[in-house]
Amino acid sequence: MIRRLFIANRGEIALRVLRTAHRLGMTTILAVSEADRDSLPARLADETRPVASYLSIEALIDAAVAAGADAIHPGYGFLSENAAFARVASEAGIVFVGPEPATLAAMGDKLEARRIAQAAGLPVVPGREGGFPLLIKAVAGGGGKGMKRVDREEELDAAMAMAAAEAEAAFGDGRLYVERFIASGRHVEVQVLGDGTRAVHLGDRDCSIQRRFQKLVEEAPAPFIPDDKRAALRNAAVRLAEHLHYRGAGTVEFLVDAADFDFYFLEMNARIQVEHPVTEAVTGIDLVEQQLLIAGGEPLGVRQETIALEGHAIEARINAEDGRRDFRPSPGTVRRAAWPAGPGIRVDSHIADGGKVPPLYDSLIGKLIVSGSDRAEAVARLRSALDALEIEGVETTAGLHRAIAADPRFVQGGVDTRFFEGFGNA
Amino acid sequence: MSGDLPLSPEDVAEIVAILDGSAYERLEIRTTRFTLRVARAEGGSGGWTQEWDWSVPQAEAADAAVVAPRVEVGEGLVAVRPPLPGTFYRSPQPGAPPFVEIGDTVGPDSVVAIIETMKLMNPVHAGASGTIAAILVDNAAPVEAEAVLMTIKP
Repeated sequence: MIRRLFIANRGEIALRVLRTAHRLGMTTILAVSEADRDSLPARLADETRPVASYLSIEALIDAAVAAGADAIHPGYGFLSENAAFARVASEAGIVFVGPEPATLAAMGDKLEARRIAQAAGLPVVPGREGGFPLLIKAVAGGGGKGMKRVDREEELDAAMAMAAAEAEAAFGDGRLYVERFIASGRHVEVQVLGDGTRAVHLGDRDCSIQRRFQKLVEEAPAPFIPDDKRAALRNAAVRLAEHLHYRGAGTVEFLVDAADFDFYFLEMNARIQVEHPVTEAVTGIDLVEQQLLIAGGEPLGVRQETIALEGHAIEARINAEDGRRDFRPSPGTVRRAAWPAGPGIRVDSHIADGGKVPPLYDSLIGKLIVSGSDRAEAVARLRSALDALEIEGVETTAGLHRAIAADPRFVQGGVDTRFFEGFGNA
Repeated sequence: MSGDLPLSPEDVAEIVAILDGSAYERLEIRTTRFTLRVARAEGGSGGWTQEWDWSVPQAEAADAAVVAPRVEVGEGLVAVRPPLPGTFYRSPQPGAPPFVEIGDTVGPDSVVAIIETMKLMNPVHAGASGTIAAILVDNAAPVEAEAVLMTIKP
């Protein structure tokens, strides 16, 4: 049982974790950087502790120990998948809300993760034997860094050199691997929960609408996947989680061939994800609550047969970015934040009137999550909610989302990751 | 910093559902910690917006101009206080004679003045039987709720 929860994160996810922790009767202690001192999560936490950076393992553990915390929630990003952070926390006698350090290390190494997935019987994207075009990826991976498409044998060496340099700069690890490039693929992922012994899935999500490998829109369930393929996809995710003796919430990502729905394991994210609310909307299960219960030592409280998926949910990430200037960040003070409200609408945001978007951190200022009894209702609700939304003071991606929500391909559903190629200069 | 988080997203959705079935265009909830404005979206989309303001409300500071005569109530006298903060009037309308003068005899239900608050006229009752001993506020002056307007000698 966790009583004093230290939150090593900021922004909307800090507020999201605070809400559930309060509901469960926990005392919350929030790490707060200088720039976030007056943020909404800092106002609403029971206690705050100043930290120089959300990336300093030492500063965060010291603060958590000084605060008498018995658990640390790392949120997403920052140190959430850092095995050393999880290890140091547990050595300090503090529960890390997430999987074992060994699991984090294995899933953080994309090549190792690929090997483990194969051992668990999951299909992976063919490597060099699949022929060209190829996709070069960084072993330390993430965020599109070090990713290069190669169409011909003679381009391979130069592309590898460039990708290695990029990966070295981004991750301090220049190791690469190659996969066959799948032209028309959809990005589909499966939410899992495990208690170290047993694992269940909470359905799938489609995150194919991406710009430069950054997700913009996510939905649950993934539209138009044949039942047998969908079941196989979900079972594969559970198989991997059980193979890993996975503890906590995690996401298994797949590339799904848009033509024949064959699927390939891509990677596993060993943390809560930005897009988790769409799964919560269709299952009615609070994923942060499940994370905290499992971290507190309880066995899985949900059984696969009792998890019912109902309706459809879509999330739009509202970022402080200027769409007319190549999506460059638009930090500043939000003069007015009129978020949509009403039945079937959820807004996860730390930004209210007068809210600050510091230039130091990522540009996410809020997530608009809509749900409906079916996809058509959710899409209609998304359009009306986006029309109501008004953010003044910073530029946002709201306009881009209005354009996506009006695009006939999106309205139809089931687009692949090339969606943006048909989207003007976006 | 404070323990409880106000109004869950479900609470806000419920407020919107109630407003949507009414003729109201907006609702503003102001507490010591936050202001929440729920309003019909502009442009006729039929949607609603929620707007939160967490800056400390400045309402108290804006009312600083209100006169607060902190008069000691003499021994054996009863104070007459306004029912609300507002503007003190001695007569029912301009030019009319005052409700009471010093030395007048009043009962508990006698109207001795009017307080105008947000364009509404509220009668001030004597609250005790006796004679008016003093009138402590000038006609048309703004007053706070705890101001002493008059004293009565029972």
